[in-house]
Amino acid sequence: MDYKSVMARKSEILKGSIGIDFTRFESGSVAFDYENMMDSIGYSFEEIQNIQRGLGVGNTPLIELRNITALARKCANQPGFGARIFIKDEAANPSGSFKDRRAATAVYHAKKLGYKGVAAATSGNYGAAVASQAAAQGLGCIIVQECFDSRKIGQPEILEKTRKCEAFGAEVIQMTVGPELFYKFLLILEETGYFSASLYSPFGVAGVETLGTELVQQMREITAREGKPRDPDAVIVTHAGGGNITGTARGLRRENCNAKVIAASVNLKGLHMASDKDFNRKSFTTGHTGFGFPFATWPDRSDMPRSAARPLRYIDRYVLVNQGEVFYMTELLANLEGLERGPAGNTSLCAAFSLAQNMREDEIIVVQETEYTGAGKHIQPQLSFARQNGIEIKFGDPADEIPGQNIILPEHPGKISVREVDLNPMRKSLIRNTLSRVESNLTAEDISFLAAETNRDENFIKEQVRQP
Amino acid sequence: MEAIKKGTWVSLKKTILQADERAEGIPTDTSAVPLVMWVNGFLENDAALGGEATIHTKMNRVETGILEEVNPTTSVNYGEFVPEILQIGIQARKILYGL
Repeated sequence: MDYKSVMARKSEILKGSIGIDFTRFESGSVAFDYENMMDSIGYSFEEIQNIQRGLGVGNTPLIELRNITALARKCANQPGFGARIFIKDEAANPSGSFKDRRAATAVYHAKKLGYKGVAAATSGNYGAAVASQAAAQGLGCIIVQECFDSRKIGQPEILEKTRKCEAFGAEVIQMTVGPELFYKFLLILEETGYFSASLYSPFGVAGVETLGTELVQQMREITAREGKPRDPDAVIVTHAGGGNITGTARGLRRENCNAKVIAASVNLKGLHMASDKDFNRKSFTTGHTGFGFPFATWPDRSDMPRSAARPLRYIDRYVLVNQGEVFYMTELLANLEGLERGPAGNTSLCAAFSLAQNMREDEIIVVQETEYTGAGKHIQPQLSFARQNGIEIKFGDPADEIPGQNIILPEHPGKISVREVDLNPMRKSLIRNTLSRVESNLTAEDISFLAAETNRDENFIKEQVRQP
Repeated sequence: MEAIKKGTWVSLKKTILQADERAEGIPTDTSAVPLVMWVNGFLENDAALGGEATIHTKMNRVETGILEEVNPTTSVNYGEFVPEILQIGIQARKILYGL
C-alpha cells in the first residue's frame, strides 16, 4: 500500500473504475482515434440531452448584459464600437455551475454500470456537481479535495466547496497541498470499488456539448424576435483543464455555428500550483494559467488514459486577465446587472468586457458561464483572505499586478484589458511533449493526428518535427 | 481528559505521507512537510481529543488517526470588510448614469 506500489498500479486501478477500454482507440503510436472515442461512449447527443433534462440540468437562461455593454461602449475608443454582451447563467444549474452537465452524464453512466458510488478528486465546482448528482441519482459519493497548506489554513472558496459537498450528503476527504492527493484517491477507489467520475471522461466532456448547442439556439431565438435570427460572433470560455472549451466548441459545431472560440484564463504567472507557500497567495483556485497552460500543451496529464478535453483543437484565440480585474468585474455584475455570481466564473466576462470594445456595436459576444456565489466563494471573503495573507489590495493599473504580491483593482473600467497569449508556442510545446514520449518515427496517421490536435495543417507539424 | 463518547461526529487527522516519502519533483517547501488528511466520521469507541481514534465515515469506510475536533464546524463566512469593493459600483454608476 506504499506510495510507489499504488502509483505503479494507477492504470490498472483506473481501468476498473471507469469501465472503458481505451486500448481500442490507440494506434500503437502517437495517434489515437479521438472522434471514435467521443462517438462510442454509448450515448447519443439526444440521450445526453434527455439525461440532463430529467435531472434539471441545463436549459439555463441566456441574459443580455445591457448596462455592462453600455459601460463597455463608454470605454471604447471609437464610436460605433462595443459589441452586445450576453451571459449564459449556468449558476442556475442544480449545484450552481456548468459542471452539473459533466457530472450528470458521468454519474448516470456509473449507475448504469452498477457501481454503488462515485469518487472524484477535485477542489472545484465539479466536486459539488458530482455530490449533487450522486444525491439525485441515489449513489454514494466521496470527494477528495486539496484544501489546506501545512498550517491547516484553507482557501475560503475551497472550504465552501467542502461544505457544499457535505450538504449533498457526500463524504469529503480534505488534504494538504501536493499532487500525491492522487495516491489517496487511488486508495479510495481500490477500497470502495467506486466509479471514478473523472472530469476528463468522454461522457463528462460530451455533457458540455449541450451548453454550446443551447446558447446558439437561444441566441437565434432572441435575435429572431428582434427581426432576424443570427449567431453570436464570438463565444468566450473560462479555460482551465480544457473540458469547458472542448465541450462548448463541439456543441457550437454541432449547430454549424462559426463563432470565434476564445479562451480566457486568470494570469497566475510565477505561482507554483504544488507549492505549500504559494497555495494561499493566489485568489483563484481555477480558471487560471496554472491549469490552462499545462492542460493545453499536454491534455493527457489528467486522471484518464486519454483525456476527452483537448483544448488546442478548438481555441481560436487565448487571452489572459488579472485577478483584480476579475474581482472588479464580479462587483460590476452585481451592481450593474443585479446578478451576484462567483468570481472564478467571471473570468471570461472580464475578458469579454475588454474584447467587446474592439467589436462593432452590432456584433455579439457570448460569455458561456456564471457560477454560484456564497460565503467563502465571493469577492468579499476572497479579498479579505488575500489581505490577511499579506497580499496588497489597491486601485491602480492592472498591468502592474504581480500574482502572489498584490491584487490591483482597475482605477477605471477602461483600464481592463486582455493580454494575448501566442498560441503557436503552445502548439509547438504540445508537439514536443508528444515527441518526447515516442521512440520511433511518426507515421502519416500521427502527422494528421497532431495537425488535428493543434488545429494546424500537416506542414506545420512536419516543420516542427524537422526542427526538434 | 474527558472521553469523547462513541458515536460522536468528529474530525480525524492522519498523516498520509511523511516528508521523506513525498513524490519526487515537487517544490521543496511542499516536500519539507508531510501530506496530511482530515476526514469526518462517527467514533467507533470512546476516545480522547488528541489521541488515536477510529471512525466510520458517511460512506461507511473505517479510518484511524488523531481525534482533532468534536462536531467540526464550517469556518466559511464573508471575511472582514474590504472597503475598496464599495467604490467599484459607486464609480461605475457615476460613469454610466452620472449618479
